[in-house]
Amino acid sequence: MNRTITIEGVTRIEGHACITIQLDEAGKVADAQFHVTQFRGFEKFVEGRPLTEMPAIMARICGICPVSHLMASSKACDDLLAVEIPPNAARLRRIMNLAQLVQSHALSFFHLSSPDLIFGMDGDPAKRNIFGLIQDHPDFARDGIMLRKFGQDIIGLLGGKKIHPAWTVPGGVNAPLTQEHRDQIASMIPDALARALRAAEYFQRVRDCYPAEVDDFANFPTMFVGLVSADRLLEHYDGTLLFSDEHGAPVAELREPRGYASLIAEAVEKHSFLKSPYFRPRGYPHGIYRVGPLARLVLAEGCGTPLADRELDIFRQRLGRAPQSSFHYHWARLIEIIYGIEMLQRLLEHPDILSEHVRARARPNKLEGVGISEAPRGTLIHHYRIDENGLMRWANLIIATGNNNLAMNRGVLQVARRFVDGNRLQEGMLNRVEAVIRCFDPCLSCSTHALGQMPLRIELLTAQGEVCDALQRQD
Amino acid sequence: MITQVNSSVESLTLRINGKDVSCRAGDTVLQAVRDNGMELPTLCWLEGLTVWGGCRLCMVEIAGSPKLHAACATACQEGMEVQTNSDRLHRYRRMIVELLLAERNHICSVCVSNGHCELQSLAQKLGIDHVRFAYRNPQLEVDNSHDRMRLDHNRCILCTRCVRVCAEVEGARTKDIKGRGVLAAVIHDLDQPWGESETCTSCGKCVNVCPTGALTHRGVAVGEMTKKLSFLPYLTLMREANP
Ligand code: SF4
Ligand code: SF4
Ligand code: FES
Repeated sequence: MNRTITIEGVTRIEGHACITIQLDEAGKVADAQFHVTQFRGFEKFVEGRPLTEMPAIMARICGICPVSHLMASSKACDDLLAVEIPPNAARLRRIMNLAQLVQSHALSFFHLSSPDLIFGMDGDPAKRNIFGLIQDHPDFARDGIMLRKFGQDIIGLLGGKKIHPAWTVPGGVNAPLTQEHRDQIASMIPDALARALRAAEYFQRVRDCYPAEVDDFANFPTMFVGLVSADRLLEHYDGTLLFSDEHGAPVAELREPRGYASLIAEAVEKHSFLKSPYFRPRGYPHGIYRVGPLARLVLAEGCGTPLADRELDIFRQRLGRAPQSSFHYHWARLIEIIYGIEMLQRLLEHPDILSEHVRARARPNKLEGVGISEAPRGTLIHHYRIDENGLMRWANLIIATGNNNLAMNRGVLQVARRFVDGNRLQEGMLNRVEAVIRCFDPCLSCSTHALGQMPLRIELLTAQGEVCDALQRQD
Repeated sequence: MITQVNSSVESLTLRINGKDVSCRAGDTVLQAVRDNGMELPTLCWLEGLTVWGGCRLCMVEIAGSPKLHAACATACQEGMEVQTNSDRLHRYRRMIVELLLAERNHICSVCVSNGHCELQSLAQKLGIDHVRFAYRNPQLEVDNSHDRMRLDHNRCILCTRCVRVCAEVEGARTKDIKGRGVLAAVIHDLDQPWGESETCTSCGKCVNVCPTGALTHRGVAVGEMTKKLSFLPYLTLMREANP
């Protein structure tokens, strides 16, 4: 009997999606797909709006990482204005972007993924969540909550609002940093850093407990894509978009964002609204690549901050220069949290950080603009076209989660093959299928621009397509 | 400041919300209400411009009349009994604002006037947390053709303040309203793009009197548009002082 298992509305990932696992006659996995079945259509929605509204509108694609869209959108708008924003505006945007990185990674690692790591993939689902964590490991859970709060508080101090701050505008930011806020943020740094280091230490205890997961959690060679700084250090706001092969050796680099389409093409697949970008020169699907924390650590020579570099050294000693298993996204995320906090401190100490020259004013000077930044989950590209009056005529967004789409799909199949047995379906098997997705920390509401929620549903379908078994979960 | 006390002006007595008040003959009910420290919402009315009476938010009940009356366009009369606050009035005001919100595309969170908008704050004051009517979601243009200013028809409530200030204060008569009902729209000259208008003096008065995010400066991002209305009473005073 041919059966299909569909996991709808994957839990503990941000946003919603579903997974279908096709079983063969013997109950073994024949195929698996990760699909995203909703579409929000932001590209259409912005048509006719003035470009100055774009960052704020785009920030609404996603309640989880509004800041990332603010960054990419503002950069695309800077490009349309053809301005170089004041250096301090760039610094302040960086601060907000790093704060977002820390809070988002904290959410992914502590709230969403660590329950699996601490209670085990087969742990009691009633316990295997943030609440169980708070009960059994209150200090660890608290570190996660406080790190998230740390990032959110900084965003709140800068933008006036934690969610959807309208502070980042085309040409810079709309208010400088006050001394009071600088001091307030600076005073929060030692505590946050201590918590991040403690988490990294704690992670050492569990990271070796999952050899099977390391083996099969989207463990295959792919290219890596991400921003690096001019001296090839870790970078999230600006820089060169670097493409490396599976060993981390550069194969292409993009200095001028507007040329992205020569290197990235997008495939559309029937089963999903999420587009599947690939490295154009290698074609589809061989041009499969990964983005996000793991990719960034493969691409960068180093972090450029002492504590993160120390952790990165350990990471590389144990895993090599270009680890292939997506399980290691978790560790990479922790390293980036440390980096983010150190970098925040460095930026706050910059002598000009209180400079009030934070906005360049200009009219639209180009009809086409592209902005690339690194969202916590990976490379994010906003590409806009406007008319002579500065009204939006066309937009294309390549979202971090989309960039990982091919790898996630392949990862789901790999995990399903290894762990799912259709003849004796157990919760832990399906949890692993979800857990591999969680490694990528996909943000599906944004990557599909999808509105609304789906309940989690796992369906077993016969060869005739009839549901013969189903597991349902609400989140 | 010189205060002229003109004892020859006749004064009237009337009752507002059960309270005896006096006002000058010729005052509107709106003036009497506000001069006596009571609140009444308005949108199309603006001190210094002629009365339009279009938005109907200032409606009051007057004893002996089954109809509702626009306070901005009703003269006080001796012995009048006015009610500014009743369930019925509240219901109507709420409905008017909801209809305004449903008529075009008001998405406050991404509007340049977010936080500085008369329509938005009125909606908040009236406790409107949702709109009971179906949104019309019309497809409307943004006129971004003027060098310094922008008209976003999506946010226009057709209060005509811009039309009046342009004609009555600036004297340019650039702006007008075309069409009827839901098809009505602010136009420039002979329905040209604003940037091609030959009569517009680019004074910016219309931007400042517009109660919503419909008329704004160019280049402002979300929530950045604030209006300055102080010029209007000043100009009015100057004109009255030097007729
Ligand atoms: S004009 Fe006012 S009510 Fe309309 S969207 Fe803008 S802020 Fe909201
Ligand atoms: S543009 Fe503004 S002032 Fe003019 S009618 Fe519309 S809402 Fe009123
Ligand atoms: S304020 Fe009286 S009708 Fe508009």
